[in-house]
Amino acid sequence: MNYGYFPGCSQTSSAKEYDLSLRKVFEKLGFGLEELCDWSCCGATSAHATNHKLSNALALRNIVLAGKQGIKNMVAPCAACYNRLITSQHEISMHPERKNETEELLSEKIPADVKVINVLELFFKIGLAKISENRKRDLNGIKAACYYGCLLVRPMNINNFDDAEQPTSMEMIAEAAGATTIDWNYKLECCGAAHSIVRKDIVLNLSKKIIDDAVLNGANVIITACPMCHTNLDMRQRAMKRKYPEHLMIPVLYITELVGLAMGMNVKDLGIDLHYVNFNYDEYIAEKLIA
Amino acid sequence: MGAYVNKDAKKLQPSFVSANLLTDTLPENNHTPFQKNNSDIPEEIRNRTFQDVSLCYQCGKCSAGCPVRYYMDIAPNKIVRLIQLGFYDEALKSSTPWICAGCLTCSVRCPKEFNLAGFMDAVREIAVKKKVKVKEKDILKFHKAFLNQIKRYGRLYEIGLVGEYKMKTLDLLSDVETAPGLFLKGKLGLLPDKVKDRKSIKKIFKKTDKKKINKH
Repeated sequence: MNYGYFPGCSQTSSAKEYDLSLRKVFEKLGFGLEELCDWSCCGATSAHATNHKLSNALALRNIVLAGKQGIKNMVAPCAACYNRLITSQHEISMHPERKNETEELLSEKIPADVKVINVLELFFKIGLAKISENRKRDLNGIKAACYYGCLLVRPMNINNFDDAEQPTSMEMIAEAAGATTIDWNYKLECCGAAHSIVRKDIVLNLSKKIIDDAVLNGANVIITACPMCHTNLDMRQRAMKRKYPEHLMIPVLYITELVGLAMGMNVKDLGIDLHYVNFNYDEYIAEKLIA
Repeated sequence: MGAYVNKDAKKLQPSFVSANLLTDTLPENNHTPFQKNNSDIPEEIRNRTFQDVSLCYQCGKCSAGCPVRYYMDIAPNKIVRLIQLGFYDEALKSSTPWICAGCLTCSVRCPKEFNLAGFMDAVREIAVKKKVKVKEKDILKFHKAFLNQIKRYGRLYEIGLVGEYKMKTLDLLSDVETAPGLFLKGKLGLLPDKVKDRKSIKKIFKKTDKKKINKH
């Protein structure tokens, strides 16, 4: 079965490596992803923060496109895009007047049978056993703090996928890939997301708390599934180091990169060399291949 | 046996409870929080979020768990209270809705299932519509710059966004340390990635632009 793929704006620029690793990993797992033709921005925070009609229309334009292209299941790997798409879908399914209003704006009928899923759900659709079967490398040295961020499993009444306070799905995927996972407190705490450019002070403090808690609980890698989280945790660490000289740098990987590493792909192929904090491959991975 | 009905219930009601409890106790002179010209605000919030502000019983769980409460001038639950009581100006002027990161922690935890993050979106939208002087001006400028990229290209053009935002705020020197790195790593596309059917995007913007959100 082919799944639709809604990359989202970040995937084409600042989160290139997420796109790269996702395509490679799923191709190798034998799972076809078909990019949504002529997709547009979901509207992100800026639309829902200032104009709700615009935010619904921008998000649902993509659902209309998916319907036209015969896509029934679509993965949105960016947690923010995913959240915007399912929230708008939920709103029009609950309130017909909002649906009519948006359909009028788009001059199109909005299909009700396009299911949008996140990247964790996609791994579960393939099956964790398949990830374990495809393991080529021992990731024993990786002690992963799985960081969900705020939007991936919320709101629970809409996404019905994992718990909104104590999710465990990412840990299960990381463990299927052979990594060790740690227990920690900040796996759902917000990184400041869209304040990244305007209120760097907020983002720096929030992200620092998250990283510190991961380090305190014995992690040596943070795993994420959201481009915004990745930007804030990875790119801002140099500024953290400048502000707090005792700050310990910790690499931040996308979940798809972790699975890719387990499947024997190399750092360059997965785009891990594009990160700001260097991922010192030899430190974590014993080069022995699993037969 | 029929259900027990206390016929004297009305007589038992204490004398100090009256429908006008709130207005009765307010000073009658100058400062009245109820501004008739603005009284459509709870209704507007209901239209936008499909929920009633009176749902909130002020337990404060939202503010306790809010990761950005520290940066706000008024706690999130107090913004709801201000709206409930009719202090609209105070609520709309506050920095709180702008600092709110929309992380949904409050919405998930609310015992009344009041979607506070959605409520903050509505307050923000009303503040923009009413041209209230916003405390966090730069955040609004950022949102406008962001939406301008979408309007133009259909997708986010990051260089365009940062450029436009910096021109609007004249904050030219921050981020000089991260931008060159992004270029060197080939992460920032020099040219915008455009949607083919940009007409449909422009149409969406035109039709939703009644409030002139992106213009002023």
